[in-house]
Amino acid sequence: MPGFRSTYQGSSFFELLRVDHPHLVAQAGGAPGLAGGAVAPGAAASIPHGTTVLAMKCAEGVLVAGDRLATENYRVASRDLQKVFPTDDHSLMAIAGAAGPCIEMARVLRVELEHYEKIEGAPLELEGKANKLSQMIRQNLPAAMQGLVVVPLFAGYDRRRKTGRLWKYDVTGGRYEEAEYEATGSGSLYARESLKKSWRPGIARDEAVRAAVEALVDAADEDRGTGGIDVTRGIYPNIFTCNAQGIQEVSKEEIAELHRRVLEARTSRGSA
Amino acid sequence: MTLPFYVSPEQIAQDKAEFARKGIARGKSIVVLEHEGGILLMAENPSTLSKIGEIYDRIAFAGVGKFSEFDQLRKVGVRYADVKGYSYSREDVLVKALANAYSQAMGEEFARSPKPLEVEIVVAEVGDDRLAGHERNAIYRVGFDGSISDHRSYCVIGGNAESLESHLQANFRPNLPLGEALKLGRATLERAQNGNRLEVEKLEVCVLERTRPTRKFRRLSADEVRGILGS
Repeated sequence: MPGFRSTYQGSSFFELLRVDHPHLVAQAGGAPGLAGGAVAPGAAASIPHGTTVLAMKCAEGVLVAGDRLATENYRVASRDLQKVFPTDDHSLMAIAGAAGPCIEMARVLRVELEHYEKIEGAPLELEGKANKLSQMIRQNLPAAMQGLVVVPLFAGYDRRRKTGRLWKYDVTGGRYEEAEYEATGSGSLYARESLKKSWRPGIARDEAVRAAVEALVDAADEDRGTGGIDVTRGIYPNIFTCNAQGIQEVSKEEIAELHRRVLEARTSRGSA
Repeated sequence: MTLPFYVSPEQIAQDKAEFARKGIARGKSIVVLEHEGGILLMAENPSTLSKIGEIYDRIAFAGVGKFSEFDQLRKVGVRYADVKGYSYSREDVLVKALANAYSQAMGEEFARSPKPLEVEIVVAEVGDDRLAGHERNAIYRVGFDGSISDHRSYCVIGGNAESLESHLQANFRPNLPLGEALKLGRATLERAQNGNRLEVEKLEVCVLERTRPTRKFRRLSADEVRGILGS
């Protein structure tokens, strides 16, 4: 029966799409939904781009945060884009680069992890998840060469090793595990500089959230592409923590309060 | 020269059906029950090879008969649901369409293949109060020849299905709490064992929980079952 039985018999959803439903993935092995050869030179810049995301290890696991801005050249494409996505109960992906392919890749990864778990009857190990993402980014290389870059962060709680772990990626799918913290996107340099001062091994959850808010404020301060905290519209960064119990989103109220305190400290410093 | 024997299509279908029924009758039964918090799926299964599995957010699968055959069908269902949910939306994956697809595929297999499938399956979908038009549970049973039927309240597949179903008919009440539903399910399965006690370790128990977010399927451990049964 066409459409019901597939040729592909393995446990990867991404491969299933590539083998049996190629119309759902890009032609030249590019990002799902965007044909690798369809982007004219220079057009990539006018596609919305996500900016700064960061991840850090903390006492109980990991913390992942991202600002909300997407830009097209020098214009605002979206003020409230979500760039941090839980991919299952114990892992998260934070995206930077061309928003369309990035979001699609996060979506595929989520289905991929769930699909594997259902077919095999057991979830992938955290390292297995990180490695799968690496292969998906490698598939996107032809599109990346035309400017549709996907360079995410992947982080989660490793239930076997009982610790948080995080990885950064390059456009070729290169996967680099980070022991402390990492940021990616246009404001990442400033976010990393900020975290260099505030992060320390075994940082407690509350302190880690504060460090993340401060790093995002610093990135927005120096990089025009990074969205600051938009108090007038009530748009706050997405911050998630992930530990043995699972994933929790930090509330808007908590971020607002921390942001207020950060601003207060800086205001008095400025007026002195 | 010997002439090939003429065998009527009725005879072929009958022989195949008899063969399939024999295979299924050797297997143990599975009980699917609606209860207060969702749908309970229970199998007598001392092995670690699962007969019950998750298909999608609100959909579970249960199969009896030949393991390799129904497990293959389960995987086909997972692939079908995941591709559908990915290309449309998660809410578009519905059990009715899945049951129909199973029915078509199994019917075709019965007609074409010299050896019919020796399996019977149930696909169940728990209702979601937040999804207008999908608040009710749905249970479909698909037979080895693709015959499909929808069930309210409960459904039994496997060896002693008829006798077990009559037990449920006499004892089932709507909106049972999970504990009561578990007891009823166990008592029903015990009828296939001439009323001998079924230890919790010999049961495979899964639930579709109405109130869980997104993925509503959950496998209960023996300890959990024991805790709920209070024994």
